[in-house]
Amino acid sequence: MLAAAGEIPLESRKSGYDFMSRETRAMQDDEATHPALFTLMDGEALFKSSCASCHQDMKGVAARYPAVKGGQLRNLEQQVNACRVERQKQPAFAYESRELLALTAYIGRQSRGMPISVSAEEKHLAAGRATFNRRQGQLNLACAQCHDDNWGKSLAGNPIPQGHPTGYPLYRLEWQGVGSLQRRLRNCMIGVRAEPYAYGSQEFVELELYLMWRARGMPLETPAVRP
Amino acid sequence: MSARVVVSMPKSARRGEVIEIRTLASHVMETGFRRTQLGELVPRDIITQFVCTYNGVEVFRAELHPAVAANPLISFTTVATESGTLEFKWLGDNGYSATESAQLSVS
Repeated sequence: MLAAAGEIPLESRKSGYDFMSRETRAMQDDEATHPALFTLMDGEALFKSSCASCHQDMKGVAARYPAVKGGQLRNLEQQVNACRVERQKQPAFAYESRELLALTAYIGRQSRGMPISVSAEEKHLAAGRATFNRRQGQLNLACAQCHDDNWGKSLAGNPIPQGHPTGYPLYRLEWQGVGSLQRRLRNCMIGVRAEPYAYGSQEFVELELYLMWRARGMPLETPAVRP
Repeated sequence: MSARVVVSMPKSARRGEVIEIRTLASHVMETGFRRTQLGELVPRDIITQFVCTYNGVEVFRAELHPAVAANPLISFTTVATESGTLEFKWLGDNGYSATESAQLSVS
């Protein structure tokens, strides 16, 4: 039987980093040979060529997203694209494109170590929480059943983390590349045999918001490394 | 993307000290064994050679083969003997070539 433990007390929260092997931690900690290094370099080049004429310092920005901008709840990816479409009159970058991951990783890097602090509107937060607690898919599992109730135990030999999105976009060894939080959420949804929401859908952004709220105060690790 | 490489090593060392040098090259390292959905072989595209010289003297060489992961990280050590320049060279398929150099001051 799966015991329902409810939300994790603030002081018992752990980053996915705490569940990783020593070797994987070393990969994340070593800035000089970090596997996302080239992504960061791409991001820096892109930022300097197309964003730096308006934006100088993006310190702390990534720790505040998703946020309500222009009456809409947007994650960082959507805000980058909104800026690109509305201000620069350029076509939006596709989700998981090299450019978008590079920019969000570069922006996120500048908030590394800062506490996550989303300012949530209750309706969005409630919608995200509802998604987190909703059973779905053929396995009929809710996010909460693994990540609230059974974290620290094993699933197919791997530790179940608490599901705090502290380091996105991150380099995942399984992907052999950098990916966004929504890519990771799709993985979990496919895992419970549910049909994933579309990239950039409201459900996903609200879920991202709830996850970031759940991880409030934890330091941002972008770009993290995860197994 | 163009050939990009990163070298990470200390700027200075004491004479006789063993220094660690870590290099990272941006490369897809396509094995040549994969096929497209239409069954056509994806041609091999890998880095085949890496050489490091220290004031013109070769101190490290590596041959790379398929099955080396993308963006290969090569880490090795050498003894700091005298101040000077370390030069790094990567060579590969399809005319791939990248060079980098770093200064080391030995006291």
